[in-house]
Amino acid sequence: MAKALEISGLEKSFGRNHVLRGIDLVLRSREVTVLMGANGAGKSTLVKVICGYHSADGGSLELAGEPFHPQDAADAISKGVVTVHQSIDDGVIPDLDVANNLMLDRLAKPGSGLFVRERKMRREARRIAESMGLHLDVTARVADLEVADRQMIAIARAMVGDPKLLILDEPTSSLSATEADRLFSLIDRLRDQGVAILYISHRMSDIRRIADRIVTMRDGAVSGVFEADNLDYEGAVTAMLGHRMTEVDIDPVAVDTPILQLNDIVLRQGAAPIDASFHDGEVVAITGLLGSGKTRLAEILFGLAEPLAGRLRLDGKPYAPRSAREAVSSGVFMSPKDRAANAVIGAFDIADNMTLPFLEAFSRLSFVKTRAQRNAADGMIDRIGVVCQSAEDGIGTLSGGNQQKAMIARWLLKPCRALLLDEPFQGVDIGARRDIGRHIRQTAKGRTTIVFVAEIDEALEIADRIVILNEGAVAGEHINRDIDLTRMVAEVSGQQDAA
Amino acid sequence: MSGERLLNFAIRYGFLILLIGMVLFFSFAANGFASPRSAVFVLQSVAITGILALGVTCTLVVDGFDLSIGAVATSALMLSAYSMVILEQSAFTAIVLCLLMGAFVGLVNGILIVKFRVPDLLATLGMMFLLIGLQRIPTQGNSIATGMSLSADSVAEGVFSPAFLWLGRHRFDLVIERLVPVPVVIFLVIALAIWAFLSLTRHGRLMYAIGSNERAAALVGTPVSRYKIAAYMISGVTASIGGILLAARLGRGDIASGTNLLLDSVAAALIGFAVLGAARPNAFGTVVGALFVGILLQGMTMMNAPYYTQDFVKGAVLVVALVFTFYLSSRRGAGGKV
Ligand SMILES: Nc1ncnc2c1ncn2[C@@H]1O[C@H](COP(=O)(O)OP(=O)(O)OP(=O)(O)O)[C@@H](O)[C@H]1O
Ligand SMILES: [Mg+2]
Repeated sequence: MAKALEISGLEKSFGRNHVLRGIDLVLRSREVTVLMGANGAGKSTLVKVICGYHSADGGSLELAGEPFHPQDAADAISKGVVTVHQSIDDGVIPDLDVANNLMLDRLAKPGSGLFVRERKMRREARRIAESMGLHLDVTARVADLEVADRQMIAIARAMVGDPKLLILDEPTSSLSATEADRLFSLIDRLRDQGVAILYISHRMSDIRRIADRIVTMRDGAVSGVFEADNLDYEGAVTAMLGHRMTEVDIDPVAVDTPILQLNDIVLRQGAAPIDASFHDGEVVAITGLLGSGKTRLAEILFGLAEPLAGRLRLDGKPYAPRSAREAVSSGVFMSPKDRAANAVIGAFDIADNMTLPFLEAFSRLSFVKTRAQRNAADGMIDRIGVVCQSAEDGIGTLSGGNQQKAMIARWLLKPCRALLLDEPFQGVDIGARRDIGRHIRQTAKGRTTIVFVAEIDEALEIADRIVILNEGAVAGEHINRDIDLTRMVAEVSGQQDAA
Repeated sequence: MSGERLLNFAIRYGFLILLIGMVLFFSFAANGFASPRSAVFVLQSVAITGILALGVTCTLVVDGFDLSIGAVATSALMLSAYSMVILEQSAFTAIVLCLLMGAFVGLVNGILIVKFRVPDLLATLGMMFLLIGLQRIPTQGNSIATGMSLSADSVAEGVFSPAFLWLGRHRFDLVIERLVPVPVVIFLVIALAIWAFLSLTRHGRLMYAIGSNERAAALVGTPVSRYKIAAYMISGVTASIGGILLAARLGRGDIASGTNLLLDSVAAALIGFAVLGAARPNAFGTVVGALFVGILLQGMTMMNAPYYTQDFVKGAVLVVALVFTFYLSSRRGAGGKV
C-alpha cells in the first residue's frame, strides 16, 4: 500500500515539557490507523504538528514522498491533509450558519469570486449535509446547535476539502451511538476511496469497529504497533498504559437512607412519570440513547430546567432549585458535559479552575487565600492523576483528557449531598477512567452519586445500580451484579417488549 | 530555548522597559522633565482619565464595555454645577447627587445588558447619547456659572463652595510645599482599591471567570447577572468621581469640556492589556497605560512638539501596545494565571 505520510524523528517541546520525543510513524492509504495513548501522551500535539498548527522542533514529515512543511492549517488543507480537532470549536465558526460553515473552505479559496451566492451555497451545503446523513436546517446558527451536531458539521467541513489524509482527534467523544455509526460508515467509504485515516479515540468500541492497525503512544514516543487481521486490543492497552489494566470488581453496596427522591417526575409530554430514590453511599448510573432524557433529568436535578410535573425531595425536604446557584447551595453539585462550553475557564490556571465553585471557602474577608487554594488543587491533582507541571499551569496547556479530570476534581473538593456527573469520562483514557471511578466509589459515603453516561461499559465500571432511560421514561433498572447484557441493550434501544 | 525565553521576557517586561526608556530619554532631552513638579504634573493630567479607565477596566473584565463613561463624567460635571450654582445646595449634596447619578446610570446599563439582552456596546452607546442630550436640557445648552441669567429678571446666585473646589485645587505638602494635588491622591486610592478588588478578592476572581466563560461561571453557581450589573455600577460611580474632580478643577459647569475623556480612558485600559504580559484587563496595567500616555504627552510638550501631533502619538502607542498583547502572546500559546 502507498505511504501517504511518513513521520520520522519528530520532536516537540513546550518550554521544559518535552512532549514528542522522536516519533516514527507511517500512515498508508486505504487504511485506518488508530492512535491510542493515555491522557497527555502527546497525541493531539502530534496531530497539531502534522496539520501545521505547531511547528516541529526536530524531525521530518514526508507527504506522498515529498517533504512536507505545512506553514499553517490552510496550507495543510490545500495539500490534502484535513483535520478534525479535539475541541470542536476549533472546527466551526459558531456565529455563522450551517451553510456558511460547510462552505467556508470554498469561500476562503482564492479566486472563488467576490460575491457570495447565498442560494447556490445553501444548495451545495444541503447536498454535503445530506451525503453525510445530516438532516438539519442549513440556515441555523451553529452556536444554537447541540454539540453532537456541531461535531458532525466540523467533520462534514473536513470532507468538503477532498482529503488525502484525514485526521480525526476524538471525534466521537460527544456523539451518540447512531451518530457514531454514521461517522463510521463515512470513514469506511473514504477508506475505500483511498484516503489514509488517522483516528484517535479512547473508546474501545470505536477502536474495535474501525481499526485496521493500532499504534500506541506513551510519554511522547511510539510504544507499540499492532497490525494484521488479528488485532491484539488488550496488548495495545497494556502498551499504552505501560502496565496491565486493573480489573474493576464492583460489589454493590447495601443501601438504606435515601437522599434524593423523585416523585412522579415527568420529563416530557406523554412519558410515564419517574419515581426513584438515590441513597447515601450509592453510585447510580443513568444511561440511555441521546434524547432519552438523561440530560433533561440532570438539568432538572440541578435547577436548570423544570419538570412538567412531579416533585423532588432532598433529605426528605422539598427541593425545587431554580438555578445552579440554589442547587449548589443546597449541596447538589453537577459536573456538566461538554467541558469547553460548560466548565472550563480558559483564562484561569488549574488551581483557580478547580476551586472556582468554592472560592468563598477559600477566602477570608473576601480575599482569596492563594496558599490554601494551591494546596487543595495540588492534593486533587495527585489523587485524580492530572498530568501537568504544576497547579499554576494554564488550563489551556493541559491535554483534553486532563482538562476533563480537572473538571471532575473541581466537584470532589468539598463534600456534598448529591453529586451529578454528566458524561464525566469524555476524553478520559481507559486507565484514568478506572482510577477516577475507584476514587468516586471510595469517597461515595455521605452523599449520593449519579453518573449520566451513554456508554454501557462506563456504567458497568462505576455503578452499584444502573437505571436505563428510554424516551423520557425508565425502561429498566439493574443491580450491578451478573447483569443480563442482552436485555440491557434491548432496554436501551427501546426494544424490550419485542424481546 | 533562549528564543522562547526572550519572547516571554519581551511579553512580560517589554512595555515596562519601554516606559522606563521613555522616561530616561525625556529626562536627558527635555530640560526640567526629571523633577518632582513635572512628575506630579503628569499624575495630575492622567488622574481623571485614569479614574475613568479603572472603571471601564471592571466592565472589560466581565467581557463587557462601557461607552457611556465620558458622558457620565460630563453629566456629573454639569449636575454638580447645577446643584450648587442654580439650586444653591452644599458641596456635600452635590457630591452625593453625582455619585448616585453614576451608580444609577450603571444600574440602568447593567439591567439593559443583563435583563433586556441589549449588546453592551449598543446599550452604553445609547446611554451616552441620552446623557449628552440630557445634560444640556436644564440650561438650554449653556454652560453654568455664577451670575448667569436664569430668566428675564433673575440670575444664578449660587457659587461653587470652597470645600468643593478644594477637591480639584488643593495640593498637599510632600517634602516640597504644595506638591500633590487632591485628584492624584484620589486616583491612587481608587487604583489601589480596584486593583485589590480585581486581583485579590473572590469577587474579582469570579468577574474574570464570567469574562472568560460566562456559562461555565453560571454553572458553578456564580450570580452572573449581579456581578455584571455591579461592574457597570462601579464604572458609573468612578466616572462620576472623575466628573466631580473635573468640575472642581474648572470651577464652572463647562458644557464643552471632557470631550476626550472616553477615548483616552479606553486607550489607557487597552494599553493595560500589554503590561506584564497579562493579555487581559487589569488595574495595574490600566494605571501604567494611563501614565504611559501622560508621560509621553508631557515629554513631548516639554520638547515643544506641536499639540496637534498628540493624538497621532497616542494612536501609535495604542497600536504598539496591542501588538505586544495580542501578537506576541498568541505566539506563546494559550493560558496563564491571573
Ligand atoms: N499549548 C501548550 N502549551 C504547553 N503545554 C502543552 C500545550 N499543549 C499541550 N501541552 C502539553 O503536552 C502534553 C501532551 O498533550 P496532548 O494534548 O498532545 O495530549 P493527548 O495525548 O492528546 O491527551 P488527551 O488524550 O488527553 O487528549 C501534555 O502534557 C500537555 O500538558
Ligand atoms: Mg488530545
